[in-house]
Amino acid sequence: MPQVSAASEIFQETLALTRRLFLQLIRRPSTLVAGILQPLIWLVLFGALFANAPEGLLPGGGSYGRFLGAGVIVFTAFSAALNAGLPVMFDREFGFLNRLLVAPLRSRASIVLASVIYITLLSLIQSLSIIVAAGLLGYGWPTLPGMLIVVLVLSLLIFAVTALSLALAFSLPGHIELIAVIFISNLPLLFASTALAPLSFMPSWLSWLASINPLTFAIEPIRASYSNNFHLTDIVLIAPYGSLNSLTCIFILASLSLFLFLAVRPLLDRRLN
Amino acid sequence: MIELKHLSKTYGGGKHQPVKALNDLSLQVPEGMLYGILGPNGSGKSTCLRILCTLLAPDSGTVTVSGIDALTQPRQVRRLMGYVAQDVAIDKILTGRELLSFQADLYHLSSNKRDERISELIGLLDMGEWVDRRCGSYSGGMRRRIDLAAGLLHSPQLLVLDEPTVGLDIESRAVLWQVLGQLRDQGVTVLLSSHYLEEIDVLADRLAIFDSGSVIAEGTPSDLKKALGGERITLKVREFSDLHESARLRNLLLECPGVRDVVINKSQGFSLNLLVDTQDVSEVIRRHLMDQDVPVFSLTQSRPSLDDVYLQATGRTLMDAELAVVGLRDPKAERKQSM
Repeated sequence: MPQVSAASEIFQETLALTRRLFLQLIRRPSTLVAGILQPLIWLVLFGALFANAPEGLLPGGGSYGRFLGAGVIVFTAFSAALNAGLPVMFDREFGFLNRLLVAPLRSRASIVLASVIYITLLSLIQSLSIIVAAGLLGYGWPTLPGMLIVVLVLSLLIFAVTALSLALAFSLPGHIELIAVIFISNLPLLFASTALAPLSFMPSWLSWLASINPLTFAIEPIRASYSNNFHLTDIVLIAPYGSLNSLTCIFILASLSLFLFLAVRPLLDRRLN
Repeated sequence: MIELKHLSKTYGGGKHQPVKALNDLSLQVPEGMLYGILGPNGSGKSTCLRILCTLLAPDSGTVTVSGIDALTQPRQVRRLMGYVAQDVAIDKILTGRELLSFQADLYHLSSNKRDERISELIGLLDMGEWVDRRCGSYSGGMRRRIDLAAGLLHSPQLLVLDEPTVGLDIESRAVLWQVLGQLRDQGVTVLLSSHYLEEIDVLADRLAIFDSGSVIAEGTPSDLKKALGGERITLKVREFSDLHESARLRNLLLECPGVRDVVINKSQGFSLNLLVDTQDVSEVIRRHLMDQDVPVFSLTQSRPSLDDVYLQATGRTLMDAELAVVGLRDPKAERKQSM
């Protein structure tokens, strides 16, 4: 039966490609470790930096550590996903991709799918580690329904950023250029969001930037999900253009993911076929 | 087995002049043969093979493998063939066995078949001692063997190798030659490109000589050499001469009866390669040079080689051709294409 055979072939090749990526991670765990250590250091240092900040400094009260937690969780997932293109880029540069391209893959989308599965799982593992670390540091724990929101929001962000990173991996000439783009975009995107400070702290121009930054649409629902009285329809972001609740933020993230997937697909099709 | 018709491919533009890698190239490779493609670097061998293996699309022309159009049905063609690329691409983190297992999954082999084939190939290529070590620890010869095993895993009808012995030690090269001969004897069509004369001369049942993106000669090694006829003489009047002196001598030698052609070999100290009618002509040449008070540093004689076939067709030796093309290639464009 051709249909079953096609599905099982795609499954076999995707599993093999994903397994290879995880084998690389297990045998060279520096990516995993660095992806947890760096945000952990941010969490500890930045949390300590504002430990003696006046009570009620932040909108809604609460400690700065608790405020920061959501920002660092999103930053962790974002950074991991931004690096999604690196394994593909190395394969391109060192000829391993050719090995995949001369093989009779049922669908070359398996190559992309394997990367997406790998990065999603890696990012979630790293983010969950930070959630645990934040909890242990006394910055709070998400509620159980809140946890579902966290996983959903992170997955949408990871998917969108992975699509972007893969597109870059197939467009840029080499790993040096890709690393440069990752390096340049990482911190500015973090600072121009509500990861480290609320919109009300920012000058007008920066609050405009932050309120259209996709990271902000991920951070605010996650921040809100730590509260016991969390509702999807509660306002979480008071932007210069209007107020948004968690549901709207999630919808924006989902639309962005879909848009990026549709935008990137023709490029990947062209490069892989 | 393989039919290439009127293939053309151009690289480059930008800073460098565009380079026509393939220029209306046509070739037929019969089934069950070990077929060689001989030519200097830059003659279009790799480009031709990469188009055949569906890694690259030609600008124009057709590619048919076992009756299947590679341009419209690439996946079916990929199933039939194994490809051993010029630059061995292995994953340093995986062991050889894991790499083969990975390859088996890409070719959709069942787990039983996979295990069976991996065992067979470990035996055939004598990899037992090191196949469970990581690929990053392998020598050049080991890498080439594991790459060959990967190409053979799915028992292809056609095996395509692009310069497989570059950088190999003599022992590894001999092993590889033996394996390729065995494969041919088992009915596999083997297509191999090389710029080593000896390799093609020893291995190939039939060959095509490439130059500047076209086939300039085709046939069995012995037929091509016989068609040339005559003898070859290499003459040096001093250890390292110059173009001026060699040009003068060339004119002198062309006056000798029995001398068909004289070519200046720039890469060998401007020595002179002569194609002559018979063995006796060497004596005639010695006397003629003595009469003109021209010293003779060395004068060697041999039957025509494939290099002479190339020389006759292009007016220069294989080595000279390689040196001449170096400056014309756009490495950045080629690398981009290969990515």
